Amino acid sequence: MSAIALTSASLFGLCGAALVGIGLFCILTHPDLLRRIIGFNILGAGIFLVFGAVARRGAAMGLSGDPVPQAMVITGIVVAFAATALAIALLRRLASLTGSATLEAATPPRSET
Amino acid sequence: MSLVFDMALVAGLIALALHVVVTRDGRGAILAFMAFGLLLGIGWARLASVDVALTEAAIGGGLTGMLLLRAQAHLVRHAAHPAALPTDRRRWLVPALSCGLVTLALAAVVLAFPRPAPSLAHQAVASLEATGLGNPVTAVLLAYRAIDTLLEKIVLILALVGVWSLSRDAAWGGASQLRPAIIPEPLVFLARVMPPFGVLIAVYQVWVGADLPGGTFQAGTILAAMALLVMLAGLRLAPQTQSRALRLMLAGGPALFVLVGFLGVAVAQGFLSYPEAIAKPLIVGIEAALTLSIAGTLALLVAGPPDRAPEP
Repeated sequence: MSAIALTSASLFGLCGAALVGIGLFCILTHPDLLRRIIGFNILGAGIFLVFGAVARRGAAMGLSGDPVPQAMVITGIVVAFAATALAIALLRRLASLTGSATLEAATPPRSET
Repeated sequence: MSLVFDMALVAGLIALALHVVVTRDGRGAILAFMAFGLLLGIGWARLASVDVALTEAAIGGGLTGMLLLRAQAHLVRHAAHPAALPTDRRRWLVPALSCGLVTLALAAVVLAFPRPAPSLAHQAVASLEATGLGNPVTAVLLAYRAIDTLLEKIVLILALVGVWSLSRDAAWGGASQLRPAIIPEPLVFLARVMPPFGVLIAVYQVWVGADLPGGTFQAGTILAAMALLVMLAGLRLAPQTQSRALRLMLAGGPALFVLVGFLGVAVAQGFLSYPEAIAKPLIVGIEAALTLSIAGTLALLVAGPPDRAPEP
């Protein structure tokens, strides 16, 4: 058990697991839609990091990692960026049309900010 | 010793991610996210995935950060101040517990990875000779799993179509307004000095990407950043999105990719397979065209929907 936990690959894998939880929490609870989009990116970063741990453990044949997951993560980062750009364009349009950057019904605590 | 460094890195990543979620300051959250992206780039370098590290630092830290900052500025002007996290415990306790469970489950999976670890490195290296490439990651992206890369290019174009279609009817086909009202002098200086270096680095990245870390995505992102810098400093206006040359450039890379793919049906073993003798020139050619397409698409995705009426 201790031998498993001590490699840097599983350390980053665990970090990825933590980031998934943090990102998911942000998406579920934050009323600010822009913050939810950032949370979506943190969630993605966590998943990629878990995958990075898989890649690092697959080191063989003189390579420092399995190239297949690495290539998939690169593709994933670019696709996540495209999705983020589309989400932000939608949010900007929503804000222009409705004057609000949240989907919540009129929130009472707004006065305190 | 290196494990101590990794632990510090991981602690920094988690602290920044938590800060993004809990801070009330919207701008501060975005800056923390950009720092997060750069730290994550270092993390990827620590995982010996330099190709991913370059992509993450350029896209995660750079372009996404710029996209978010521009959106934030827009929201401050046009929308009511967004609310902070709910303080009512009933509203965040259950999600927090559920997310904690997800994290625990994932962590258990990470600790229970099979050993010896499954790896496709053997197959990747065994066929490397046939592609003429030296960087196995590039070989996966453009040869073994070229279909993924092709579909991803199409996703990028579709996202851009989606972004453009959010413009007002009057602005369809026009250009985005990137130039700020007041342009600081240092920005203009930077926009004059940086692009030659940026273009040089991008060309270098495409060229060495065949054998060393680097490649189309990284190079395309650097080119996109240079184009955005020039437009932000007001040295050049953002292009008209109705321009035929621009649209040809955007579609050119994927179109060439599809063309070479169908060529594979005729002269090699099937869709997206390359004849072995000319595999390397074909791949480098596709990479060059893709780099321009990616650069244009990424820059225009950051620029956002056109908001000025087209000039005839």
